[in-house]
Amino acid sequence: MAYIDYYEVLGIDKTATEADIKKAYRKMARKYHPDVNPGNADAEEKFKQLNEANEVLGNPENRKKYDKYGKDWQHAEAYENAERQQRSYGNPGGGRAQYSGGYDESDFSDFFGSMFGGGGFRGGGRTSQFRGQDFNATLQLNLEEVYKTEKRTITINGKNIRLTIPAGVENGQTIKIKGYGGEGVNGGPKGDLLLQFAILNDSAFKRDKANLYKTVDLDLYTAILGGELIIDTFDGKAKLKVAAGTQSGVQVKLKGKGFPVYKKEGQYGDLFITYAIKVPTHLSDKEKELFEELSKLQSS
Amino acid sequence: MSHSDYIPVLKLCEHYSVKQTFFNELNEKGVLEIVTVEHTNCLHHESIPVFEKIIRISEDLHINVEGIDVILNLLNTVDELKNQLTATQNRLSLYE
Repeated sequence: MAYIDYYEVLGIDKTATEADIKKAYRKMARKYHPDVNPGNADAEEKFKQLNEANEVLGNPENRKKYDKYGKDWQHAEAYENAERQQRSYGNPGGGRAQYSGGYDESDFSDFFGSMFGGGGFRGGGRTSQFRGQDFNATLQLNLEEVYKTEKRTITINGKNIRLTIPAGVENGQTIKIKGYGGEGVNGGPKGDLLLQFAILNDSAFKRDKANLYKTVDLDLYTAILGGELIIDTFDGKAKLKVAAGTQSGVQVKLKGKGFPVYKKEGQYGDLFITYAIKVPTHLSDKEKELFEELSKLQSS
Repeated sequence: MSHSDYIPVLKLCEHYSVKQTFFNELNEKGVLEIVTVEHTNCLHHESIPVFEKIIRISEDLHINVEGIDVILNLLNTVDELKNQLTATQNRLSLYE
């Protein structure tokens, strides 16, 4: 448990007046408030620190205690007990406006809890019920893992969540899981979990929504004379008829051989195959001779 | 859409401890749409999360309705841009 410099958190010095503290707190709260920084965990953490700093420095009694013991906070309780024997000590709390959206004492650091216990926290001014904060999380999957609809159990914030991941989900897509966000305020409903998918694609296919793209090598002879070619699709193999005189870069479409269309069961995108004609190298003397003959025929 | 999808403004005022004038102002300035259902001003239940966000921004950050409108519009723009960026990055991977 580390000492926290609340003055540093608020960016003020130790001689700051109450008005300075209020001003610094409001300025930084506007910057880091979770409602204006959705999905930004760093901002949320910073906002919690600001609330804690404000809870200490914005309350004259808490500030006095904090200033008095400073880095010796671990002995504060002992000092306090000794002093309590000599005088009665009360915590007046305060009616000052403060930021209370979904935050309570449990969001404060161990340092705060150790130094001020429950008495230092004055809580928010609201008594209304509010829905809890939405949580954001990212689930990393491979492209193969989203080819079929799958049930999966994930653990987020120590809770196991069983969810169905629909086939065809896209990279960057977010789904909302109701009721798995932060606790509601004053008994309000829980927030939602916004789960974003990060789909890694290390396959031979490029993907654009439900369409897949792949480049395949085509030997020179099949390109010129035509023939058949067996290619790998995402879930198997397919036989392609290659027309005679096929040029490099020509694209053919295999209807329905692409990726599943999101939330449209049984529907698939297309697979686009681009031919890259492979010119033979290391020709034998005989081959070279035949190509030269062909060349002469072309130019005659 | 049934009437049960709409919550009377008076009920919301009581629940969230806000004045009815606050709702009127949000409606007049086009921040939230208040609809009249059977002669009663109501808010659609799907607007509740936005309304709660508005209250938090208003109370926590002391920002007026015009400022809140600007914030909400900018947040929507950020959302749209994030979605566009993701879609563009996905398409860009075709050429990488």
